Amino acid sequence: MIRKPLRPLARILKAREQGENPDYIEQENLRLRRQELRDTGRMQAELRLLLLALIFLSGFVLLGARMGLLAATEPLEVRAGLMEDISGARADITDRNGRVLATNLATHALYAETRRMVDPLRAARELGRIFPDMDVDRLAARFTDPDRRFVWVRTQLSPEQKQAVHDIGEPGLMFGPRKMRVYPNGRVAAHVLGGARYGEQGVRAAELLGVAGAELYFEDRLRDPAQANQPLRLSIDLPLQATVTEVLSGSMAVLNARGASAVLMDAYTGEVLSLVSLPDFDPNDRPAPPTSGEPADSPLFNRAVQGYYELGSVMKAFAVAQALDEGAVTPDTIIDTRGPIRWGRFEIDDFRDYGNEMSVTKVMVKSSNIGTARMVQAMGAERQQAFLRRFGLLDSARIELAEAARARPLLPDPWSELSAMTISYGHGMTTSPLALAAGYATLVNGGYAITPTLLRRDAPQEGAQIISARTSAQMRKILHDVVFEGTASFARIPGYPVGGKTGSADKPAPNGGYKEDAVLATFASVFPSHDPKYVLIVTLDEAVDTTGPEPRRTAGWTAVPTAAEITRRVAPLLGLRPVSFAEAEAKFQADLRAQ
Amino acid sequence: MTEMVYGTTPLRVVDPILPRWWRTIDKMTLTSVLLLMAVGILLGLAASPPLAQRNGLDPFYYVQRQVFFGGLGIGAMLLISMASPEKIRRFATVGFLLTLAALILLPFLGTDFGKGAVRWYSFGVGSIQPSEFMKPLLAVFVAWLMAASADVGGPPGRAISFGVVLLVVGLLVIQPDFGQAALISAGWIVMYFVAGAPILLLTGLALLVIAGGYVAYNNSEHFARRIDGFLAAEVDPRTQMGYAQNAISEGGFFGAGVGEGRVKWSLPDAHTDFIIAVAAEEYGLILVVFIIGLYATILLRSLFRLMRERDMFIRLAGTGIAVVFSLQAMINMGVAVRLLPSKGMTLPLVSYGGSSLLATGIAIGMLLALTRQRPQGEIGEILSRRG
Repeated sequence: MIRKPLRPLARILKAREQGENPDYIEQENLRLRRQELRDTGRMQAELRLLLLALIFLSGFVLLGARMGLLAATEPLEVRAGLMEDISGARADITDRNGRVLATNLATHALYAETRRMVDPLRAARELGRIFPDMDVDRLAARFTDPDRRFVWVRTQLSPEQKQAVHDIGEPGLMFGPRKMRVYPNGRVAAHVLGGARYGEQGVRAAELLGVAGAELYFEDRLRDPAQANQPLRLSIDLPLQATVTEVLSGSMAVLNARGASAVLMDAYTGEVLSLVSLPDFDPNDRPAPPTSGEPADSPLFNRAVQGYYELGSVMKAFAVAQALDEGAVTPDTIIDTRGPIRWGRFEIDDFRDYGNEMSVTKVMVKSSNIGTARMVQAMGAERQQAFLRRFGLLDSARIELAEAARARPLLPDPWSELSAMTISYGHGMTTSPLALAAGYATLVNGGYAITPTLLRRDAPQEGAQIISARTSAQMRKILHDVVFEGTASFARIPGYPVGGKTGSADKPAPNGGYKEDAVLATFASVFPSHDPKYVLIVTLDEAVDTTGPEPRRTAGWTAVPTAAEITRRVAPLLGLRPVSFAEAEAKFQADLRAQ
Repeated sequence: MTEMVYGTTPLRVVDPILPRWWRTIDKMTLTSVLLLMAVGILLGLAASPPLAQRNGLDPFYYVQRQVFFGGLGIGAMLLISMASPEKIRRFATVGFLLTLAALILLPFLGTDFGKGAVRWYSFGVGSIQPSEFMKPLLAVFVAWLMAASADVGGPPGRAISFGVVLLVVGLLVIQPDFGQAALISAGWIVMYFVAGAPILLLTGLALLVIAGGYVAYNNSEHFARRIDGFLAAEVDPRTQMGYAQNAISEGGFFGAGVGEGRVKWSLPDAHTDFIIAVAAEEYGLILVVFIIGLYATILLRSLFRLMRERDMFIRLAGTGIAVVFSLQAMINMGVAVRLLPSKGMTLPLVSYGGSSLLATGIAIGMLLALTRQRPQGEIGEILSRRG
């Protein structure tokens, strides 16, 4: 920039010549330059001030916008109550044919935002009128507590209650949508399903968590958002379950039993079609765990899965199967059954004296303790233990119920020869009805190991071969003969041949030894006996038949008629074709010859 | 006859002071300022009783004090706004030197009131924070230096002003009071910008500020803690920041209702640093937007009036005062909504604080004096251009 000089020499010299003061020229130029500076400076400053004003204006706008944004968001504290990430989703549970066993129902929870309440005391009073079980004073105290903004009042409301609360007209009382777990079949399959409860709860939803049974076992699957719309399909068949429950509870009442259980299992797939434990409960209103009394008598206790009992003579089938499988005997081998066997201070004897010698089939038919004890004695304790282990009888039964893994069998320690002898007829070792069902399935299905399952499956389990097909065929015949010649004669159903073995185990007394008049009666059955597809285990706890001159407690009088009635009813439901006795006999002979 | 004998009484050809003041004063800014003070007292009624209660005082002790200091501030403001720019300059230069001395002596004679920073002179009835007074006085002083340097053959005013600001900032940093230091630095930069700073230099200065912040972050625990608190992604609802944010959300658009606010019970600085949170909670977004609008009005009005100002000193001094004032308000509110890290700065005219109210009154008084309508030589210009 070329600046005009303040004292231009030409003008100064000229002024000096004319006798003027040259300083005036300088002053004039200075004035002009200042003016120029001032004007250019002002122009520049005007622009920059405008820019500044714009920057500050946008700053203020940003501030206002941020304030507005914050004002529009829910406060943290209320947000904590909202718990946006809570999902109330839980998949339905259905039976094997898609009938609903557990589903969700839309309902509402009631909560109060105390700061929005107009008249908290009146609201508390009115709520007390609608819900007589609520403590009005406590509610009022919570509503008026200055440190509380948020009060949960009820977790679930019926539509009528909701309307009644709505009619109070209190703006601080609010409804949060909820899913409510509903078991439309009530008590049917209670022990399979277990029950549900609320977990973390927010205003918009509450977690639905399983408490027991399949609900707890399949917790992750049921709450998986990806599979929320896909129901969990169980192996249970609702009509069968209902039928079994009905018959069993009838027997329990008639025979004055303390409890009862039944397991109906597919012998090839291992699917549990029905699993009943009585007394039962309503999973819609699951009772609290008992604080007194015998836990095993609680309705919550699943006798079929959690209950491990000395099951008695039903276990003889395993001793006989082992002897047959090892080739030590055939069904016709004669066993020395002279009794009693004395072992130290113990004595093994039969219910009645059946003579000095019997065939293996006869030992089963007559249920001779001495016979099986002799057979096991010949094979030894270690081999018995190994054999039973292969059946899974020495471990917890594996099934998709949360309780299953927590119960385990009681085993003798050490596994002495005496233990082996008593175990051969079902004493000295406990087994659950479910494990027994799996064992019987293996005995009759050709010898394949079965893991019980509650999930529907369509193909047979290709488990390990535990006993030979020949032994399995022999066992089918023996079990058939037990029903048609022996202790389980009540199980003869026209058209549906049944095989099975009874067990009437004296119940252990709490202080050692066995009770005289308390029997756990079991009937382990398979049907149709010539080609068994299903295993049915029925146990009755302390059932007594008092119709005769003296009380009859043995399984033949209690569990067998019950199982027979169940079989009579479920066989047609299972689509089994009635067969003649000759047809069944022909099948037995063909099977035995084929081996 | 008397006139003939004694001559006429000398007639002054100026207006009477008050009418002229009323005619030339920026009435809009004045109104905004008075409204802000009223809002401050209104909010003080809500925000300070919990503190008074904690300190065992009369519930409206702080409100009374605020009214008293507010009155003092208004008095100072009106008085100063009547002064001429020359008087402002003289008054401010002397004041600046006194305040500077006070600031220098602060580490020896001041108290920290247990807050971790020596910022106050404690007197029996109250305390004085010299840095509050420093801001407007420094702006005027710096404006004088810069304007002088722009004159033909003037002193190197810009360089001197830079040195002065550096000294003051240094004194504030050792208190430590990074907020005020940053504010004063920012004010100086804006003034320098308006005075015609080369853009390249401004860019360099911006980089310098960033570097300074980095050094402060690494070397001062006090500073680092606040920055960290700001950078933490989730705001902890148990911190001042969390309470403030929650309070704003709680208030919503129309507020929770007068006296219904709760944040004042949990925030120790509800009546000073976080007064805007109290406003938002009790009166809602409406009042907050109103307050922001008042600040924006004061700033924009002043800047637009200063745009027309020919005198460089007046322009710079006015800009400096207005910018520092609004920047402080913006920072205070920005902290409450978590746009900025926590600074510990009052909301001028609204927050409780004797020094703050009085100093802001003086600052606004000077601003009003500088933005008064003055002949800007329009007629002369037209005449000289024609000639």
